[in-house]
Amino acid sequence: MSAGTARAGLPVTVEDQGEDRGRYLLDREGLLGPLLLLPAIAYIAALVGFPLVLAIAYSFSDVIVADQSIDWVGLDNFRAVVKTPNFQNALRNTFLFTIVSQVIVLVMANALAMVLAADFRGKRLVRFLTLLPWTTPIALAVLGWLWLLDNVYSPVDWLLREAGLLGPGTWLGPMGNVYWLSEPSKAQLVVLFVHIWRTLPLATVILLAGLTAIPQDVRDAANVDGAGFWRQLVYIRIPLLLPIMAVAVLFGMVFTFTDMTVVYVLTRGNSDTHVLASLAYFTGVESGSLAQGAAIALFLFPALVGIAVLMLRLARRTETN
Amino acid sequence: MAVIETRAITKRFGDGPAAVDGIDLASADGEFLVLLGPSGCGKTTLLRMIGGLEPPTSGDVLIGGRVVTGLPPRARKIAMVFQSYALYPHMSVYNNIAFPLKAAKLPKAEQEKKVAWAAGILGIDPYLQRKPRQLSGGQRQRVALARALVRDPNVFLLDEPLSNLDAQRRASARDELQGFQRQIGTTTIYVTHDQVEAMGMGDRIAVINQGTIRQLGTPREIYDEPADTFVATFLGSPPMNLVPRDDLLIGFRPEQFSPAAGASGAFTTFPFHVHREEYLGAERLVYGETGPTKVVARFPITADVPVETGRTYEFAVPDGDLKIFDAASGLRRPGGAPKLVLR
Repeated sequence: MSAGTARAGLPVTVEDQGEDRGRYLLDREGLLGPLLLLPAIAYIAALVGFPLVLAIAYSFSDVIVADQSIDWVGLDNFRAVVKTPNFQNALRNTFLFTIVSQVIVLVMANALAMVLAADFRGKRLVRFLTLLPWTTPIALAVLGWLWLLDNVYSPVDWLLREAGLLGPGTWLGPMGNVYWLSEPSKAQLVVLFVHIWRTLPLATVILLAGLTAIPQDVRDAANVDGAGFWRQLVYIRIPLLLPIMAVAVLFGMVFTFTDMTVVYVLTRGNSDTHVLASLAYFTGVESGSLAQGAAIALFLFPALVGIAVLMLRLARRTETN
Repeated sequence: MAVIETRAITKRFGDGPAAVDGIDLASADGEFLVLLGPSGCGKTTLLRMIGGLEPPTSGDVLIGGRVVTGLPPRARKIAMVFQSYALYPHMSVYNNIAFPLKAAKLPKAEQEKKVAWAAGILGIDPYLQRKPRQLSGGQRQRVALARALVRDPNVFLLDEPLSNLDAQRRASARDELQGFQRQIGTTTIYVTHDQVEAMGMGDRIAVINQGTIRQLGTPREIYDEPADTFVATFLGSPPMNLVPRDDLLIGFRPEQFSPAAGASGAFTTFPFHVHREEYLGAERLVYGETGPTKVVARFPITADVPVETGRTYEFAVPDGDLKIFDAASGLRRPGGAPKLVLR
């Protein structure tokens, strides 16, 4: 029996098949899959892949804004950059801001998520207000903080003065203003605070979703089994929330680690507040040393690769479970 | 071991009708008491209030003669098995069973002894190191029971624990569960919507509908002497036939409905117009009408009753098996069947 003949012995014409093949082309996953992936791949290649390669090329060259011919200089840029106190300070700040803010966010988001998971009057309003910082464009939100903490006209200072905490003979000292952004220790605290303020909402929402995903039956069972609040927290809630907490923290780390807006708007890197991203921008773009800027930015790379690997692993684990 | 009692217990969610409407219920010591009703009847809410997982709107819960209404679940010495089993997914079977003991701060050696004992009774010793997701439904159910058992509870509260098992496994689990309850003799309240489970396992059954107890009695009482039309039609498969006559409803079970020719003693006859017949292996169901009312007859396959669809036969019910209900209230008329003038 030939291939063109169906089982029942009825002849099937080749034209029929060809027509069907055309009509159902998009039903074939082997074709549809790559087709749907193509825009994303093109986008990533053009807007992520190409700049990354360019940055690596720049960091090993002597490119400046005025002379963009790429001449190989080896590790000179890295050597030069690492020695500067500005870089060392930025490196320290980047890790400090990221780690400290995410530790605080984790604790606060857990508490906040638990509060928001409970039933109380005005819960929707509180949820809305909690999410608000996340919905504001970063630059605008940080501008808001810049004005709130202005050296002269700060409303926060005004409140402190009215409360009798600021001014001559008070707890916060004799000056009439705190000068939030002019002293390194205070300015760094402010940057840290704004990062916490900004990443807390997302972490809270992620944890809230995780919390509500714990079945009521499991919580009831723990109640019946005699576990009080702390035992339930330590042995039931936190272990069950761990994977989703990791997601929240990894997101927060990426956002904080790569952010330059907060520092750019608040201090422009003054008062020892530079982080790697802002220093790379100021060095490479504002000062024109593209090669050195690229070298600084590349220091972000290993840490981000590490975070990406962790995220992918987590995704795979939840997939297989 | 203890007696469980509820006094005028009521639960209202929001402005709607009461989910549980002033239920007075008392178990006997060591009894297997089943709460039976359709979904949404309030049986699970009642159980959760007994367990302390839901605060009652009004009324009291007593365990062993002590009012526990204001106490949290952990102060009530109860154990509960949930429909989903509610095992802790991140803990091994051993740690699941030991969790209540750890919460009670029992010494480690004692914990190990008790877990081994409970695991032995329920035959789950080989799985102690596994995680719940590596167990079958039946094994999970037994882990949930073991976790309930280790605490020496005063009371077992079981919320549809068999409903996640397949039909075959459910029959054997029914048997095991009842044997297990007899063995340890702990007062048990068992919630189900499955009449077969209720009839097969309960010492007594409380039939619940719309937040109230319609009847409380042994399985035989509930089946043979239903207090109202709800109980009469909720139990039995197919349910009791109800034929309206004036302001009454005449009730009789499908298995008591048979050809008048073979009847003896005092009986009442009904015309039976046959529509359809179902062959179910062990029995036959014959669907038809008497007058405008749909009725069903059931014959064991061993009974040789020739019926043809489309024909009308004279069928009869022994007078002693007729249950008379008030058509308006649905309540049973006391004093058995009056002399019926039919047709």
